[in-house]
Amino acid sequence: MENHSIVIPTREKLFNMSPLLKPTAGNIITWIILTVGLIITVIRFTQGIGSVANLDDNQPWGMWIGFDLLCGVCLAAGGYFTTVACYCMGMKHFHSAARPAVLTAFLGYLFVVIALLYDLGHPLRLPFMFFFPGTTSVLFEVGLCVATYLTVLFIEFSVAPCEWLASRFPIVLKWRDAVNKVNILLTIFGVTLSTLHQSSLGSLYLICPGKLHPLWYSPFIPMFFFVSSMAAGASMVIMEGFFAHKGVHSYMDKTHLRENDTIILSFAKAASFILMAYFMLKFIDMLVQANFVYLTTGYGLWWLLEMFGFVLLPALLYAKGSRDRNVKLCQYASMNAVAGIVLNRFNISMIAFNWQLPSAERYFPSIWEIMISVFVVTMIVTVYRFCVYHMPILYEHPNFKEAHH
Amino acid sequence: MNRRKFLTFLGSAGVVSALGSAATPSPAKAGHVFPYYPDSYGVLHDTTRCVGCRRCEEACNIVNDLPKPAKPFDDLSVCNTKRRTSATAWTVVNKYEVNGKPVFRKLQCFHCEDPACASACFAKCFHKEPDGSVGYDGSQCVGCRYCMIACPFYVPGFEYNLAWDPLVKKCTFCKPRLDKGQIPGCIEACPMEALTFGRRTDLIKVAHARINENPGKYLDYVYGERDAGGTAWMVLAPANPKECVPPDNPVLAGPQMKQLGLDTHLGNQPMGELTYGALGAVPLIVAFWPVLFGGAYAMTKRKEAIHKAELETTERKAKEDVAAAVDAAIRKIQETEGEGAADRARKAMAEALKARETANKHGEGA
Repeated sequence: MENHSIVIPTREKLFNMSPLLKPTAGNIITWIILTVGLIITVIRFTQGIGSVANLDDNQPWGMWIGFDLLCGVCLAAGGYFTTVACYCMGMKHFHSAARPAVLTAFLGYLFVVIALLYDLGHPLRLPFMFFFPGTTSVLFEVGLCVATYLTVLFIEFSVAPCEWLASRFPIVLKWRDAVNKVNILLTIFGVTLSTLHQSSLGSLYLICPGKLHPLWYSPFIPMFFFVSSMAAGASMVIMEGFFAHKGVHSYMDKTHLRENDTIILSFAKAASFILMAYFMLKFIDMLVQANFVYLTTGYGLWWLLEMFGFVLLPALLYAKGSRDRNVKLCQYASMNAVAGIVLNRFNISMIAFNWQLPSAERYFPSIWEIMISVFVVTMIVTVYRFCVYHMPILYEHPNFKEAHH
Repeated sequence: MNRRKFLTFLGSAGVVSALGSAATPSPAKAGHVFPYYPDSYGVLHDTTRCVGCRRCEEACNIVNDLPKPAKPFDDLSVCNTKRRTSATAWTVVNKYEVNGKPVFRKLQCFHCEDPACASACFAKCFHKEPDGSVGYDGSQCVGCRYCMIACPFYVPGFEYNLAWDPLVKKCTFCKPRLDKGQIPGCIEACPMEALTFGRRTDLIKVAHARINENPGKYLDYVYGERDAGGTAWMVLAPANPKECVPPDNPVLAGPQMKQLGLDTHLGNQPMGELTYGALGAVPLIVAFWPVLFGGAYAMTKRKEAIHKAELETTERKAKEDVAAAVDAAIRKIQETEGEGAADRARKAMAEALKARETANKHGEGA
């Protein structure tokens, strides 16, 4: 009864493509972006990186690493954050948030790897890191963890497509049941790998103290990356929920809708604490490293803006929102926090990187680089929609009720 | 154990010092001892002798078969705009204004003793060779360009415009020539002897001798002796006539070196060591996180089990209480109103309990 409005694929009608193919405004924009993206992709892979990107020898990592990789991985932190809260810490009332979070985390990581292929000079040689492991490299650790965690996320996520396809191919149920049995192992494995590579993305910059501005460079940068990834995880769950309600509300069941507000308020409270801690850590680090003198410079003001406008402000908004049980305020705070994370990663990878170089030698991404990033995000949204239209992500499949409680 | 490891071991264990006396290795001497390859080659670049003729650039271009640049090598105005090394120009000469006077400096790979690029490469493309050169093998390069991020000297260049086999390119120390017993092309071409080729250990002595024998000519700082863990190519800078800087002081020599485009704040440790603390935390996290989160899970499960047991006890007790009360009431009825009334009461009570049970079940299910 409660799922009456949800289109659940059946044995006879396995596909529900009409919402993706209807010529609505959103779909038309999606098709245009995907077409443009495909054209740029062809140019990139036949003419070289230089034909589409403004990357140069001084700035070998630009938009594709700064946004697609650093932000992509960080904003996919909702996966480990939610599964740990739900399965490890026994917060069962977060259950309906777990599947969408795992789906977005899986897609996030999958497309991080896909976006990375654009940036690599030899994309096909990516597996070489396993054959010639450069164990002294932070990047090796990042690569190893991301590859392993992507596999873990794939296994965690695979339960949903199994439930979708079970009516036609009952054999997949064997896999699904096996995965459900080891769910807690996957969760613990996932949080370990996440801790490692979320922090290691920060460690990547430990090797270049001369290039990154002292206000952002710190021996504790791995910790900052990890702590902020937790806040990003919680914020992304809230923000995704907000957009999911705008777009795919009709695919949510009663449980999902009932638990929705509790999840937002609890995650907001958690994010508030984490952001406060993050603010204090960053501030103390600035004082300990005697970087006070930089605060009056242009970069110092920019740093203060990041700290107060995009860390402390969302922390306070979250605190007020969760205290007043104000869901709208929490949702606003989540956008503020996500913007702050993106700003931080941009600062480290682009804005405060090479800060000593004259402005003529500085980097600004080309329109095509930005288009590739937009293309990647659009692909994520499209695949997300496909999954939501076909698989029990926002609802529980009637054939598998209470199976995972 | 290869030679390098063996030497590092010798150095770090204090074996060298122990040869003279039977002293135990002191912790202060542990860690890296430079150079790793005592016989490795280096180059001393004396900027007071460099005239910016760009012959070294030309020689590099010819020796390494690089594409010809747009402006010919005898066009010396090129030096006026700041340039850096790239995939097609492995060495460049720039003009700097130092204390108001023009000074030329040749830029190329510094061939670090413990290179940041090699530490950063996740596919092991870079190697410090026993002859002092830092080699690069492009056949296993993934093209991630982390070496370029890591290099503190902005040296490696990337072939961004190649679609099929873009690689990182940089000065090779003319490794093929070294192997044939020749010196690097740029050094052979230098008409001013601004570049001195030799064993690194000897060059350090030469550099300090030049500084000491020519008071007031040189800044008392050999760039590359210790910077970034030491480099095979080292630079001598002209002195500041107005200010005398104490020897080997990276902080006080900093402003002067900065005018020459050299950063003295990189520290004496190899750049890669900055990441080793973070990498060292990996096994700790791998070891402790599963215990921590597994423990959290176990505690949650146990709490749930206790909660469930408590609930069951309470429920059973409540049921027993109800049964006892009902039993007492019916006994009372039996005593006062007889067997018939007691039967009716029993029946009514059973029905009422059953109805309640169904109602409860229904409520839970919804």
